[in-house]
Amino acid sequence: MLRQLSARFGGPLAAAILVLLGIWLIVMVTLPQLQMIDYSLRPNLLPDQRGGLEDGWTLANYATLFANDIHRTIFFKTLWSSVLVTLLTLAVSYPLAWYLAKVATPRQAALCILLLIIPFWINEILRTYSWFIILAFRGPLNEVLMMLGLIDRPIRFLSGDAGVMVGMVYAYILFMVFPVYNAIESLDDNQVRAARDLGAGTLRTHRRIVIPHAKPGIATGCIMTFMLAAGSYAVPALLGSPGSRWFTQIIYNWFFEGGNWNQGAAYAFLLLVLCIGFMSLVMRIFRVGLGDIAK
Amino acid sequence: MSSRTLMALALRGYVVVFFAYLFLPLAIMAAATFNDSRFPTVTPWDGTTLRWFGELAADGAMWQALGNSLLVAAGVLLLAVPIGIATALFLNSVSSRAKPFLYALILSPLLTPGVIIGISTLIFWRQWGVGGGVFLTVLGQATFIAAYVMLMVTARLQRFDRTLERAALDLGASPWQAFRRILLPFLKPAILSAAVIAFLQSFENYNTTLFVVGYDTTLTVYIASKVRTGLTPAVNALGLILILVTVLLAVAYEVKRRREAVAPPR
Repeated sequence: MLRQLSARFGGPLAAAILVLLGIWLIVMVTLPQLQMIDYSLRPNLLPDQRGGLEDGWTLANYATLFANDIHRTIFFKTLWSSVLVTLLTLAVSYPLAWYLAKVATPRQAALCILLLIIPFWINEILRTYSWFIILAFRGPLNEVLMMLGLIDRPIRFLSGDAGVMVGMVYAYILFMVFPVYNAIESLDDNQVRAARDLGAGTLRTHRRIVIPHAKPGIATGCIMTFMLAAGSYAVPALLGSPGSRWFTQIIYNWFFEGGNWNQGAAYAFLLLVLCIGFMSLVMRIFRVGLGDIAK
Repeated sequence: MSSRTLMALALRGYVVVFFAYLFLPLAIMAAATFNDSRFPTVTPWDGTTLRWFGELAADGAMWQALGNSLLVAAGVLLLAVPIGIATALFLNSVSSRAKPFLYALILSPLLTPGVIIGISTLIFWRQWGVGGGVFLTVLGQATFIAAYVMLMVTARLQRFDRTLERAALDLGASPWQAFRRILLPFLKPAILSAAVIAFLQSFENYNTTLFVVGYDTTLTVYIASKVRTGLTPAVNALGLILILVTVLLAVAYEVKRRREAVAPPR
């Protein structure tokens, strides 16, 4: 590798490239992850107990999740809610992606994409906070619903999982729109036209032509959205309540309130396994590789 | 009316609703800034005021958090941009059997939840006695932002005509001269765009930052803590300012990017 690099860039630059890459992949990416796993496998000991009799690898920190009903429930709730957020986001994004890629004129599409990018660049915290205002007990949504006579009393939107999920769809939607749009855009218009000429209806055209072609984009969008939803701290912290905690909040508490980093590391690793598991599943279902995802 | 026209109309209606959904929340948040109410809301409207901007400007903690955010972003730029460029050059020049594995490793920070990057960084540096703070925040954020930089530089690198480089070498340029005078100028637009994205990613990051920031505060951490304790419309004033800055940056960035897309690559 060094030979190929120095043939192109010369020795010093090749060395600099390898040093930077090494620092990143070893010191910033790999070693911290390994250290986290090591931590998760050790008991939480006082400094003077380290290296003593009790110090050794154990799965006790992982067993905690299965022994603790509340934590286990929250773990699975986080899993299902994130799947639901992912599916909702896909359902909301797909028609827009289709419109942008195949229906809109180039000028319309360019304008729409600019309009999409603007909220995308705005802070996740601020995007979530805007829903905090809308969903508040005496906020505009309740006022409008009461004015329309749909409800008699304001609803506490901010005390359940529904508020969190609405906020997540809003916060992560563009991670779905863009990959799906890019994938649909590369579809040859003639294929759609041919399907129509041969008598396929709208639904059939999408099911048999557009969706199969857009698979890599759909897979990428789903993987990103799920990862962001399951790993979100901001949205549940702002829009949730103590009754609708997210798994990331449990992890946070182990670190900064429980003071048990080993336990926190085990939970963090479980969250990572969850995300990797979802990713592998999606990649298998859609038959796509890692190369398709980074496009 | 045929069913196809009906579908087309429905789709257009959907697009309008979608953009309303995208912008209405932000508009409501912005409007609440000007409501003379102790709590940020638009219902009821208690009169129009500008006083929340004044309250925001008088908040020393906010200025401190802003300073930290800028400091962190500067550190991330210094670290993530060179790493991202180096990685893109590496992937573009090397063919080896280890490459698929390395590529997976390089992409992994993008597919890892931000909280986990924060946690692993925090744990790793504890053994060297480095606790949470601005320094760890830079390291944690740069870990995944470098991957974004790599993707953006790679995209442009793939359009590079390597015969130019070979011609320079044949004409007697040193590899460093060929890099400095041929490849680097070609990559410059992508590097600048990547720097803008890296800055914004850093500035708006919350999930990773939360775990590595220690007792320091960045602007996002400040906003989140304000929302949970001591919420006033001053937060909206800050939000409105950030949105305006972001919109200006986004439009400038897009205009620049499109100009480049129209102009043929040199």
